[in-house]
Amino acid sequence: METTGYGWGFPPSLSTQSPAIDQLINVVHWFAAVLFVGWGLFLLYSLIRFRAKPGQRASYESAKSRLPKYLEIGVVLFEIFLLIGLSFPIWSKYKSEFPREQDSLVIRVVAQQFAWNIHYPGRDGVFGGTDPRFISDADPIGLNPDDPAGKDDIVSVGWLHFPVHKPVIAHITSKDVIHSFSIPVLRVKQDAVPGMVVPIWWEATQTGQYEIMCAQLCGVGHTLMRGFVSIDTPEEYEVWMKEQESYLETQPGGQL
Amino acid sequence: MSEDHGEHLGFLRRTVFSVDHKVIGLQYGLTGLVFLFFGFCLMMLMRWQLAYPGEPLPWIGGLFSETTMPGGMMLPEFYNSLGAMHGTIMVFLGVVPLAVGGFGNYLVPLQIGAPDMAFPKLNAASYWCYFVGGVVMLTSFFVPGGAANSGWTSYPPLSDIATTGQTVWLFGMVALITSSLLGSVNFIVTIVQLRAKGLTFFRLPFFVWAQFVTSFLLLLAFPPLEAAGVLQLMDRLAGTSFFLPSGLVVSGMPLPVSGGGNPILWQHLFWFLAHPEVYVLILPAMGIVTEIIVTNTRKPLYGYKTIVGASLFLGFMSFLVWAHHMFMTGMGTAISNFFQVTTMIISIPSVIILTVLVLTLWGGSIRYTVPMHFALAFLPMFAIGGLTGLPLGLAASDIHLHDTYYVIGHFHYVVAPGTLLALFAGVYHWYPKVTGRFMNETLGKIHFWGSFLCLNGVFFPMFIQGIAGASRRLHTPTMYAHAQGLQGTNVFMSYSAWILGLVQLLFVINFFWSLKKGRQAPENPWQATTLEWATPTPPPHGNFLKEPEVNRGPYEYSVPGEKEDFIPQNV
Ligand code: HEM
Ligand SMILES: [Cu+2]
Ligand SMILES: [Cu+2]
Repeated sequence: METTGYGWGFPPSLSTQSPAIDQLINVVHWFAAVLFVGWGLFLLYSLIRFRAKPGQRASYESAKSRLPKYLEIGVVLFEIFLLIGLSFPIWSKYKSEFPREQDSLVIRVVAQQFAWNIHYPGRDGVFGGTDPRFISDADPIGLNPDDPAGKDDIVSVGWLHFPVHKPVIAHITSKDVIHSFSIPVLRVKQDAVPGMVVPIWWEATQTGQYEIMCAQLCGVGHTLMRGFVSIDTPEEYEVWMKEQESYLETQPGGQL
Repeated sequence: MSEDHGEHLGFLRRTVFSVDHKVIGLQYGLTGLVFLFFGFCLMMLMRWQLAYPGEPLPWIGGLFSETTMPGGMMLPEFYNSLGAMHGTIMVFLGVVPLAVGGFGNYLVPLQIGAPDMAFPKLNAASYWCYFVGGVVMLTSFFVPGGAANSGWTSYPPLSDIATTGQTVWLFGMVALITSSLLGSVNFIVTIVQLRAKGLTFFRLPFFVWAQFVTSFLLLLAFPPLEAAGVLQLMDRLAGTSFFLPSGLVVSGMPLPVSGGGNPILWQHLFWFLAHPEVYVLILPAMGIVTEIIVTNTRKPLYGYKTIVGASLFLGFMSFLVWAHHMFMTGMGTAISNFFQVTTMIISIPSVIILTVLVLTLWGGSIRYTVPMHFALAFLPMFAIGGLTGLPLGLAASDIHLHDTYYVIGHFHYVVAPGTLLALFAGVYHWYPKVTGRFMNETLGKIHFWGSFLCLNGVFFPMFIQGIAGASRRLHTPTMYAHAQGLQGTNVFMSYSAWILGLVQLLFVINFFWSLKKGRQAPENPWQATTLEWATPTPPPHGNFLKEPEVNRGPYEYSVPGEKEDFIPQNV
């Protein structure tokens, strides 16, 4: 687990989408700061200049200036730019413009109080069917034992491994309450809602090991619902897959 | 229409079971202040845990039961209860009752020249409904499993499967919502029907407009949540599953419910209320601030119609933005774009209102009274709250900021340094009218500077934590690598919060000391123009000695050629 690079300011920025998100946040804050400082200086100036002085009366007329109107129009125009220029494109890239499945690693994330179950389809690339009826201590996601597609599936609890520079498509869901799958360094966040499966995707640009947090209050163990991502080189990822597969072979149901 | 207010009524009928709007207003105000203080104490406990996670609470830790704080160490379930109850109490038992029930009840009939509210008994019923709802909420700390602990938003399925405290919370909420509904009907009818002769809508003080819009928000937004609350109660008690999908497996066991429900439905119903609710908190505060700024600037409000229009538009738009709280639930692009646009649109009337208020200062003759300090401080605080709403309203930046401390910082800037400062401003401003005495200036100024600095000390670091990715609602934030480097900010914020608590004691002392010892106040101590100052001090039953008649707009200050620099509305 990396602990460096954290502190004040953004967490490390390790996905293809995070620079754009950070840039948007920065732009909005610069805009807010300029507005606030300008407006604040005007406020302070008025407060000092127009303090009550003996023998001086307030003017009945109100300030006449077109400046506020221009200011408001300026704010509107800038907000339009924020929406159309920055936010819409980033959001639709994140939400709608998915990479092709063939080029990506496709996984399922099944949240539960208080753990992250990661379901890999295995070598055949096909997820085995699941049903809540089959859920047991040994099988947290309820893989259907009669489904041949599930024989090579890998379920990893708390650790999400994936290769760097390869898109990952994750289908997020939950078994019990609403959780929220959040990987701050990748600028990825999606509520895990029971009864719903929501796909998201990302592509990492650097290797390393980082945290998954649950961002939605999900009960007593909410704080403990920490998981880890390991962004691997393709070789490391291959090694890890092999380890998982050899483990599967020792299990009664699993065979390759 | 109004009740008999004769002095022949017994002590209880005059002070406790009164139907006089002023007594009910004070009851709301005082009860609200007590709840606010209680909600604040819950938060101070949380701040201990956040500053020193894993260490027992010194001294008072031992006072708590073993089921909540064994050996003085806070358990996560207790932390969650504190969070949920702090939020609920502050919003529904503290600020709304103070702003609407307290200030609204006391001032609206006076400012429109009416002898009382339109339905005095309904008014009393609404207070008692609130009182009962509040007491029910508090008793929930003593039920097995403790008080509600699913956040003030109570998202199912977590809230559906939570301990008994959640049921009590729901009963409390239903009572509170009912109370607000009764109140809002009363306000609307009163403002429409009971205005003094000559008091047209465009001669109403802005505070009355703010209460009018607020009442519509309460009237239209609360029924969906009331319905949702009842549905959640049925899920919990009657085995329905409005909010529970099929196939839930909790702690390894299938949940025995019929299924077929949808947890997101709750979020739509909840936020359909809770977003307008933000404006229920903020509009009365804007009303108070406007009255105080105009009075102490000694000049008419810049752009009266603009500000009225802006608040009507704000009220209307507040119903169209609710899903910006739900970007992370899995919303598609089209619908999220809609809510991003409406959210940006709603920022415009807020900008306009702030502009109007600063421009009013231009050319004024500003008196720096204690209430004016608080009212002026509201402006930059609300501005920070509003501006930090922008990155949360843009779905793309919300990906990083959602559910972090940034959100907590944003809405607290609106409601705590913002609304609370405005409410204090109102207390200092109208205290002389209500009691006939001024509050102490020196204590008031110390209270102001202490509160202003500490509030910023508590809330500003939240933005820094949020940008760094620190999640909210964590019992032990130091579990996470990226929060460890920021633990110093947590300690700093907690000290600010505790000092803030100490400073509030000055207010409490001032409040009670001034009742007996404060400087005596005349009828119209601030030389203000609106009708409440045209009554005797304190206003008697029935308010006005003779029915007032209104001849002019609300803010005729410094009219050229006049001897005095103000002309009351009824002159
Ligand atoms: C004046 C001093 C106040 C301080 C220092 C304070 C502090 C806090 C803290 C530390 C949290 C917990 C955040 C977490 O769980 O991570 C919180 C949550 C909250 N506060 Fe406050 N607060 C104050 C006033 C208010 C007021 C006036 C309101 C409302 C009108 C309010 C409404 C809330 C709500 C709704 C939550 C969220 C609760 C939840 O997560 O369920 N607070 N506050
Ligand atoms: Cu969780
Ligand atoms: Cu959680």
